[in-house]
Amino acid sequence: MEKMHLKMKVNGEDVETLAEPRELLIHVLRERLNITGPHIGCETSHCGACTIDMDGKSVKSCTVFAAQASGADITTIEGLGNPDSLHVLQEMFKEHHGLQCGFCTPGMITRAYRLLKENPDPTEEEVRFGMAGNLCRCTGYQNIVKAILAAAAEMNAAKEAAQ
Amino acid sequence: MIPAAFEYHRPDTVEDAVKLISDLGDEARVVAGGHSLIPMMKLRLTGLSHLVDLQGIGGLDNISISNGTVTIGAMTTQHELIVHSGLATTAPIIAEAALQIADPQVRYMGTIGGNVANGDPGNDMPGLMQCLDATYTLVGPNGERSVKARDFYEAAYFTAREEDEILTSISFESGGGGYAYEKQKRKIGDYATAAAGVLVKISDGKCSAASIALTNLADTPIYCEAGVAALLGSSPDADAVTAAVKASVDAADPSEDNRGPAEFKKHAAGVVIRRAIERAIERA
Repeated sequence: MEKMHLKMKVNGEDVETLAEPRELLIHVLRERLNITGPHIGCETSHCGACTIDMDGKSVKSCTVFAAQASGADITTIEGLGNPDSLHVLQEMFKEHHGLQCGFCTPGMITRAYRLLKENPDPTEEEVRFGMAGNLCRCTGYQNIVKAILAAAAEMNAAKEAAQ
Repeated sequence: MIPAAFEYHRPDTVEDAVKLISDLGDEARVVAGGHSLIPMMKLRLTGLSHLVDLQGIGGLDNISISNGTVTIGAMTTQHELIVHSGLATTAPIIAEAALQIADPQVRYMGTIGGNVANGDPGNDMPGLMQCLDATYTLVGPNGERSVKARDFYEAAYFTAREEDEILTSISFESGGGGYAYEKQKRKIGDYATAAAGVLVKISDGKCSAASIALTNLADTPIYCEAGVAALLGSSPDADAVTAAVKASVDAADPSEDNRGPAEFKKHAAGVVIRRAIERAIERA
């Protein structure tokens, strides 16, 4: 099948690539664009390890063709922070031991990022409901939820201080 | 999991999309949110050589509410249904049901049109649309036609939609009153073991209008006429509710699968139907 010329914005940069229509977005991100933060876990839309932020939505990139994402604005874990300057969520995951093996973490943090954008001051129940599309096979949910609540508090405190 | 090769199309208008699917025939499928179709393609359980993506068509994701008539564009996502303030006041049963579908990521992508048009008995919106007595608008090469949700479903994955038609919108009259959508599922993301949508109106102490429909309790959604008849005109007291539950469970025809044997599903149906009726009456 002839390759398509795809253009999208990834982590603030305009990127172009060639891909077959049947290539999933997760494959194009990882294998063609070398963005390996989003992981392939179950590859059946259940686990959420491949979660990215696309046009303001949390999306499982194993269940979208890259062709569908042509023209989209995408943020992955790489776009949220880096080792020299961690995102608040990354810091709080570190602080509260919100990861054990770390495999689900990029998806967890990318999903939590959108959750807190939409609901900056969630209850514990709202965090659990909002994170229901992400699985942690170490079952470290308690600390993941703690980390997200701490990040929300931290972000709200920073916002208040700025006012 | 890589699907078989196909060609990708992103038309700008409904007319272009209809022309594509009628020219390409059964080798073509339209995709909305893709969260039913793409998993099937990855498992190679569906063969297609042309994918017609509807995302480029403007105006298919509008929600309009006027004089109690609600019209929802087919490309409206479950997430948009949940956060829409007009729907929350006019037809709160929609968000109540949508919140019970899959998980957040899937709800950002999954659309109401895809959910109702796919014909999967596990989908929640078909039963809900039968409960609301909704009408679907289909556009084909010969123009537009309407089909009632209660007449749309023929068997699992078989619907009144012709191969060259696209479901573009859904509309229903919002009558107000009490409502509930109750779903029993094994875990987040699972389809219902049993689910029921109920609408009830009470005036002068009597049930003046009612609707009951079931999800995943047969190979199509079920509108429970006998269950509704048991409620209409009643006070509605415990006897009327029990009669309505019994009549509705009798209308269910589940088959055994990994969610349990048919007997168990009928038992679960009885529980969710009762909860839905009681909650709808409370809210009426």
